[in-house]
Amino acid sequence: MKRVFGDRKTIIILLAPTLIIYVLLKIVPVMWSLGLSFFEGNTLSGFSFVGFANFGKFFTDPIAIQSLWVSIIFAILATGGQIILGYLLALLYVFVLRKGSAFVRTAVFFPMVLPTVAVALLFRNLVSVGQNQGPINDIINFFGGKSVEFLASNVGTMTVALLMTYWSSMGFYAVLLYTGLLDIPEEVIESARLDGANGVKLIRHIIVPLSLPILISSIIFSFNSTLKVFDSLLALNNGGPGTSTTPLTLYMYQTAFNYSDYGYASTIALMLTILCLLFTLAIFRSSSRKAES
Amino acid sequence: MITRRTRRTLVAVSMAAVTAVALAACSSGGAGSSGSTATGKDPSSFTVLTANENPTLATELKSLASGACSAENKALPLKSQTVAQADVVQKVTLLASQNALPAHFIAGTAMVTPTGDLGKNNLVLDYEKQLKKLGVWDDILPAAASTVNSVYGQMVSLPYQYNIEGIWFNKKIFDKLGLSEPTTFDELMADAAKIKDAGYTPFATDGKDAWPVTRLIGDYIFRSVGPDAMKDIQDGKAKLTDAKYVKAATEIQKMAEDGYFGQGFVSTDAATATNDFLTGKSAMMYNGSWLLSNINDKTQDVIGSDNVGLMPFPGVSGGNGSIDQWPANAGAAMAMNPKDYGPKVSDWLKCIANNYGSVALKENGVVSGFKINKAVSDVPAPTKMVQTKVADIKETVLWFEALMDAKSTALAQSNVSLLTTGQMSAQTYMSQLQASIDANK
Repeated sequence: MKRVFGDRKTIIILLAPTLIIYVLLKIVPVMWSLGLSFFEGNTLSGFSFVGFANFGKFFTDPIAIQSLWVSIIFAILATGGQIILGYLLALLYVFVLRKGSAFVRTAVFFPMVLPTVAVALLFRNLVSVGQNQGPINDIINFFGGKSVEFLASNVGTMTVALLMTYWSSMGFYAVLLYTGLLDIPEEVIESARLDGANGVKLIRHIIVPLSLPILISSIIFSFNSTLKVFDSLLALNNGGPGTSTTPLTLYMYQTAFNYSDYGYASTIALMLTILCLLFTLAIFRSSSRKAES
Repeated sequence: MITRRTRRTLVAVSMAAVTAVALAACSSGGAGSSGSTATGKDPSSFTVLTANENPTLATELKSLASGACSAENKALPLKSQTVAQADVVQKVTLLASQNALPAHFIAGTAMVTPTGDLGKNNLVLDYEKQLKKLGVWDDILPAAASTVNSVYGQMVSLPYQYNIEGIWFNKKIFDKLGLSEPTTFDELMADAAKIKDAGYTPFATDGKDAWPVTRLIGDYIFRSVGPDAMKDIQDGKAKLTDAKYVKAATEIQKMAEDGYFGQGFVSTDAATATNDFLTGKSAMMYNGSWLLSNINDKTQDVIGSDNVGLMPFPGVSGGNGSIDQWPANAGAAMAMNPKDYGPKVSDWLKCIANNYGSVALKENGVVSGFKINKAVSDVPAPTKMVQTKVADIKETVLWFEALMDAKSTALAQSNVSLLTTGQMSAQTYMSQLQASIDANK
């Protein structure tokens, strides 16, 4: 076996098919998009080279800057909520429910399998006002409050979008972190308990440090998926009211396919890629510093 | 320190980037560079691409294929394809760049203008020229041809619909409250206040799609500034930030503040708004004559077709526009591909021009921009009412966003929810829109 894997030709033959498919489907389009960001136009009108003009445009385009902030704020709040709720649930599974957690785990995980658009429509109806008022406003009315039009403001829309994200994905992160917690040796926890560590102390000094690798992976995973949020904000309120909840991905889509400007849309895509990279690097750096200390 | 491996990686990445740029550059101008020919080659089928949201057109064409145009269908079979309205620009752009446009297709408004992507690449057939050659130009109503020319700058769309827009109202509620058709905007507001006090929503409004609200801004502008108000903006003779234009946005914002659009209208969709009007919860609804298909459907129209009236957007005191100038449109652009315009496709075009008007009116009560060549009996009362109004129209106006580019149209519609909820001032709404129009000229 060692001889087989030590042979360069064998390695190339085994890797080549996957590598070729990966390069064709992933690297080539990414490079193509990178090239397009220096052009203006579309496949029908043709492309003209504009150098770095699209990049200049990006930083002076108020909607692009607003979209950038929407993506960043959504990613931070969504990741924070998802991870905290997921971690709390994982702790609940391991330390409270223990072997009886299977049903709760399945129930909390269930929204994850629902299509985002269906979840968005569900939440739209939950908070709706007017002739077809939803249950949330019915409850507000029941306690004497006036109906609130959540989707008429950016804060309301963002709040609904975040609640929706928490509800649909906390079960997934709970399962992910739960597997990490299961890896912590029982003896370590027992000995910590014997040393007097209990409750918050046990979690802070034993559980969190020992589950840090899976926690960091979850944060990176969550950041990268929430930075690329698209369908939930589109289906919930079409990036509105106005463009106040339009993330970079939606603005990129609109620029490419509604306004037929593939060049500028590629620039927006590139900015998004850089943003994902920066976030990932920042998390890696802070985690490695923590590990060193 | 740069290691050998890093250097090798950098070289590889740079080469890939350069290749990508070169490839992208090569694609420049590759598509759409070939010119069109007035006499094209017949395709293997008469493929028609229509919007999912307009099933009537596909149904009517199928009806023609099995009826009046059966000979044309035998020579060149009709094939139907559909696309979501929101994906039209994307799909048609890709099809055109791959030289794969169907014979007859829906397109985005800005695409078919002389400066649009399809227009400047000669990918749209000049119907006026071809219909005149076929001797059936008279089958297009002059008003419809004029509207198509005003919107698209050339006769590149067949008027499968000829819509006028106005305020549909519930006669029963108006009678009950002792109201008559308002002729000025002030009267309309006074009536709306009485309707609201009586417990009805004055205007059923599809705020989710936003256009019914921007149309009101446009109509107010046409009445106060005059019928050329939006053309002046396009030509640079006026600015949306001029006082008269800003006033329009202010008035519509006030309507929303006063609760005339009802609670939660920002997220109300078209189906809900239509249902509110046709079930008598709302007294009025701004919409086009395409609403006839809902009104003529007894399962939807609870208030009864006799109780439905249509009035024009009222005049504005001291304004240069007139209440007789109805906003009109000829439906979404339905163009033909000149490359596929062979003898068999031209037979289809002739047959459509001859028969579509009568068939659409008879089978679906649709008022189109085609002449009615065969008398149609049993036309529903609301359709008859619209026909009478259309016949009396001397002058039409376009709609607020008709001459705007795609990006400005989207901005006008997305920002209107901020305007009507008081999160954006009328001045800011108009100045942002003007900036977008200027930037995309």
